[in-house]
Amino acid sequence: MLNRKNKTLTIISLIILALIMLPLVLVVITSFNNQSSISLPITGFTLSWYSNIFQQPDFITGFESSLLVALIASFLALIIGIPAVYALTRYNLQHAAWFQSFFLSSTLIPEIVIGFALYQTAVITFKMPVFISLIIGHFLLCLPYVIRLITASMLMMDSHIEEASWVCGCSPKKAFFLIVLPNIKSSIIAAFMMCFINSFNNIPISLFMNGPSLTMLPPAILNYLQNNYDPTVSAISVVLMVFTALMMFLVEKVIGISNITK
Amino acid sequence: MNRKTAVWLLIPAFFGVLVFTFFPLIEIAIPTFQSQAGFFSLYTQFLKSSYNWTVIGRTFLIAVLTVIIVLILGLPISLWIGRQKKTVRQVLNLLILFPMLTNAVVRNFAWIIILGRDGIINKLLLSLHLIKAPLNILYTNTSIIIGSVYLFLPIMINTLIGSVAELNVEIEEAAAVLGSSPWHTLFKVIIPQLATSILTGCILVFAGTMTAYTTPQILGGNRHLVMATLIYQQAMTLGNWQNASVIALILIVISALSMWLMKRLSYRLDRRMTNA
Repeated sequence: MLNRKNKTLTIISLIILALIMLPLVLVVITSFNNQSSISLPITGFTLSWYSNIFQQPDFITGFESSLLVALIASFLALIIGIPAVYALTRYNLQHAAWFQSFFLSSTLIPEIVIGFALYQTAVITFKMPVFISLIIGHFLLCLPYVIRLITASMLMMDSHIEEASWVCGCSPKKAFFLIVLPNIKSSIIAAFMMCFINSFNNIPISLFMNGPSLTMLPPAILNYLQNNYDPTVSAISVVLMVFTALMMFLVEKVIGISNITK
Repeated sequence: MNRKTAVWLLIPAFFGVLVFTFFPLIEIAIPTFQSQAGFFSLYTQFLKSSYNWTVIGRTFLIAVLTVIIVLILGLPISLWIGRQKKTVRQVLNLLILFPMLTNAVVRNFAWIIILGRDGIINKLLLSLHLIKAPLNILYTNTSIIIGSVYLFLPIMINTLIGSVAELNVEIEEAAAVLGSSPWHTLFKVIIPQLATSILTGCILVFAGTMTAYTTPQILGGNRHLVMATLIYQQAMTLGNWQNASVIALILIVISALSMWLMKRLSYRLDRRMTNA
């Protein structure tokens, strides 16, 4: 039987699990090495690579701008996405399915193409500020997550609750804020987290608009990696892993992590 | 309810996507058809070069092999995780999710440590005297495939676990009672039931690998370009915007076409499942 007690299956799975975790463990180990190039086994222990992170202005400003862009883009995607989902699920519109797939259509277009097209059109042709263009690009990245996750929970929510509040004299607007939003709260948080993580980690969209005027963190690390090969990259990688772990912990505490990846 | 309100609620999202996704695409598409030599001349020119075919072929090869390897590795571990007790399953889920949510640069960088000239594999093989000089694994198609498998395996596992947990074990027990070997049960009983999720996972992995930039950039180097890295090189290094647009549009067409084909296939499988 291929159940969890099957020995062969268990051994194979444990090996694969080890292969998934091992590379990240190696990154952690190399970040403490006292040699100037990344190597294993390590010959000594030092924390100097961690302090070297702060000597890299690109990492510091990159972290700030990545954080800012991710926050703004995620909020924007929620503010624009939730009303659209509400309209699609609550008003019996014609072509609702068409709109739904229209909003999800950007997932069909490779991110690198979105980044390239947006850079050429917004930044080069229409001379829009890089920061605004970056936020637009990341907004496009985030919107599908909002549409998918919020649609699922809007369809799960009993629309009679909202109708009951109207009968009791609540205006539709008030009902939306007092009844609908609290009911889909956990999926709003889930959508926000997915938007934030994906925007913060994104490379293909940020890549083109990344430059001397504005540095994003992932392209900055990529850039550093291509010019240097010292454990600073390991150190900043560990910092990012801790960041990811913290966010996962937060999501797990607030809504349960299994909610965000469905 | 008031239809006008609905329209107002839809407008921002609608124009956001229209103006910022489709308009730029049209903007970059138009000049590629405006060559004096003819409507499609830039495309025929692009496809005449054998180098470009190498890049397209490499992109395909990497995507196809990645999907196959990810499936072979992902299926057993999903079966195993999906059938654990709930608490164990949640912990394992977190272990799978963690790499998925970690930055792609970090995950690819990890493989430089393993595959590089001074990497672990070379050091290990050298110390065992299995090789005399370090192998060049990094910056090859192989390293791109390894990196892509590592990047997309968690996505496949995450897609499969849910439907594995919903499988009815009694069906397999029935198969075993009727004399089916575990191997036979896997192919004739378990995999057919998981067919739709397997295809969904394959679509995600295939499209992701086809269009990925980070992995081929970090693990492929400059000599092993794929379409995504070629777009960037043409646009930003060589300043050839038109050529970059041509590749961008070809990439859209190829990835959309393959996704459409796979979706049709999964739709047909779905119908077969519900009819049965």
